[in-house]
Amino acid sequence: MKFKDIKEILNANILTDNFNEDLEVNYAFASDLMSDVLAYANNDTLLITGLNNPQVIRTAEMMDISIVVLVRGKLPSKETIDLANENLLTIFSTDYIMFKACGLLFEKGMKGLE
Amino acid sequence: MSDKGLIKRIAYNVPANDFKAAGKSSSSIKSNLKAIGIDARILRKIAIISYEAEINIVIHSYGGNLYCDLYEDKIVIVSEDKGPGIPDIEKAMTEGFSTASESVRELGFGAGMGLPNMKRYSDEFEIESSENGTVIKITILI
Repeated sequence: MKFKDIKEILNANILTDNFNEDLEVNYAFASDLMSDVLAYANNDTLLITGLNNPQVIRTAEMMDISIVVLVRGKLPSKETIDLANENLLTIFSTDYIMFKACGLLFEKGMKGLE
Repeated sequence: MSDKGLIKRIAYNVPANDFKAAGKSSSSIKSNLKAIGIDARILRKIAIISYEAEINIVIHSYGGNLYCDLYEDKIVIVSEDKGPGIPDIEKAMTEGFSTASESVRELGFGAGMGLPNMKRYSDEFEIESSENGTVIKITILI
């Protein structure tokens, strides 16, 4: 699924400088537990989370994850956004709760990690 | 473990309870190893291991050091902290078991996956712990 489609489906705001609308990601993983992300995700993953601290970006960096969606209208601190920009990550923010955000993406063909 | 064949050691001091800085050392390890051309898949394994080790030092210890030892055929991540140690290593190795505080869990850690994750992505995993500290040596073949 293209980044621009994710943005449209989730009615999301872009929080980072980095946004290439034609980049694609094939799987999604939703969690507020970063160790679970480290255990189960891979680099072709959209990370959906309600956490908004710098450790989310660090986790994405370690996994080579390039896009993160913050749910429940969460806005990160400036340092979190700066860290994302440094690492060329894209962060979206959506007002949807995690369950609804996942449901909307799933309905449009986003796959969950096995 | 002998130091035979050690090409280079990169060392980092990791302070306790500094959640803002947590991940900086692992980020540096990752970029250093990327610069010398380590394969992306292996690099990801090393990054996950060092990050979990670094977070563990920050969360659970009185501070410590993280080392990235580069050999011709392997990378060894060494985590050495100053205590208080792990009373029951077998329990700590169980997925889902954690002694982390509520404030740590709010940051997204303390899911009880740290040590199991380190082992999962490693080729060799050694851990020793006493009240004076914990030493973990994790080998990843390259």
